[in-house]
Amino acid sequence: MTIAAPTDLPLWPPTNLDRDPLVPLDAGERRRFAGPVTRVRLPTDATAWLVTRHADVKQMLRHPGFSADLSRPGFPLLRRIPPGAFGDRRGGFLRMDGAEHARLRRMLTAEFMIRNVRRIEPLIRQTVDRALDDLHAAGPPADLVTHVALPVPSMVICHLLGVPYADHDFFQERSRTLIDRDAPPERVQRHVRELRDYLHRLVEAKVAAGEPADDLLSRLARDRVDTGQLAVDELVGMAVLLLIAGHETTANMIGLSTLLLLRHPARYAALRDDAANADGLVDELLRYLSIVRAGLPRLTTEDVEIGGRLIRAGEGAIAVLSLANRDRTAFDRPDDFDPYRAAQQHVAFGFGVHQCIGQPLARAELRIALVELARRFPRLRPAATAGRLPTRDSSVVYGLDALPVTW
Amino acid sequence: MSGAVRVWVDRDRCCGAGNCVVTAPEVFDQDDADGLVLLRRADPPADAVDRVRLAVELCPAGAISVAPRPVPERSSTP
Repeated sequence: MTIAAPTDLPLWPPTNLDRDPLVPLDAGERRRFAGPVTRVRLPTDATAWLVTRHADVKQMLRHPGFSADLSRPGFPLLRRIPPGAFGDRRGGFLRMDGAEHARLRRMLTAEFMIRNVRRIEPLIRQTVDRALDDLHAAGPPADLVTHVALPVPSMVICHLLGVPYADHDFFQERSRTLIDRDAPPERVQRHVRELRDYLHRLVEAKVAAGEPADDLLSRLARDRVDTGQLAVDELVGMAVLLLIAGHETTANMIGLSTLLLLRHPARYAALRDDAANADGLVDELLRYLSIVRAGLPRLTTEDVEIGGRLIRAGEGAIAVLSLANRDRTAFDRPDDFDPYRAAQQHVAFGFGVHQCIGQPLARAELRIALVELARRFPRLRPAATAGRLPTRDSSVVYGLDALPVTW
Repeated sequence: MSGAVRVWVDRDRCCGAGNCVVTAPEVFDQDDADGLVLLRRADPPADAVDRVRLAVELCPAGAISVAPRPVPERSSTP
């Protein structure tokens, strides 16, 4: 759609920076956006349909008539950056459709299935223990984001992929640029290229290695690249995707979850005393915090009816996960945080064939990190700070940049 | 409240998210080789039927379906 957006349409995503970090949208924004499918203006001045109800979001994301390929003309981009700035897109299956997407995703599904994640739980636990040692040594007070939330998922995904954690400053900075909606295009372009070059060298070394190491990229190099099923550049693109997804998302969930639990001391204590319910608590945290707050953009490839609204072929739509997760037709008293509710129906990991492939890993990391934190630091509380907590307002993945704590 | 059901899975649709395995592990499994869904049994026990229905709802790819299973007649052949 190239029709200029009427300026009276509300802008999505909203840019109110005064919200509490635990509130996805303020009351006025909720009234404006939540409900039946409605039209919005995007930062590019294009228009798109906003889909916010739980049933509508599920229907949309499961529907084959929506494309995730942001290089298609008319794709509803959530930032003003030309898709060409992302450079070589080979292997980036998050932005592919149909058989092309399935071919690459299916090379990874077995790696992240629950049975294999259970096998690496001891490694996650060890990583969490070490991070909590660091936190203890650094304070009180100390920054939970620096010492726990960021390093735990980053170390775990590095170990799984076979990427040296020693380089974490390099790829953390670059992956942050890639998911920052306000990052200037030149910087995005440079950082994508640098990250690809870095992983290209790493993948080439793994392909050339005589004896493959026991990590995901080495296994794919041996089983898929050596056998001619996968090009090196595709494996590099998959590595970029896994590296970014593997530490940005869980890191932000650990930080925000800790803030939420410290505001509910009884719940924080229950995490220690009733660890058996930790799985339920994790799902409720995922629902309640919904860190991919601006939602998932898609382009229709055919006429589709969603929630009673006809969306024409070639129009854009945004599935707002955070609002679907606060839909009272799906969740009783949706604005209450209730670790004992059945929250599994949340769509925090997305829905449809692109649903997070690493969700068993994310759940395990979150559960172990929070349970161990509550065990080791029973008196944990937010440290007094001047002003508001620094938040990632322009990031595709919302979160805290710092969470000073004391004990 | 749920009667007996029969379950089908569509491996062509499956995206290997694994929600079904977590929800009803006695009915669903994942293939070691490709991570895609495997059916342990097409006739889930009575105490698993509600969880199988939840798995249908949770499946992001719509790869699971259920239908009521008729009560077998005495003289019927399998």
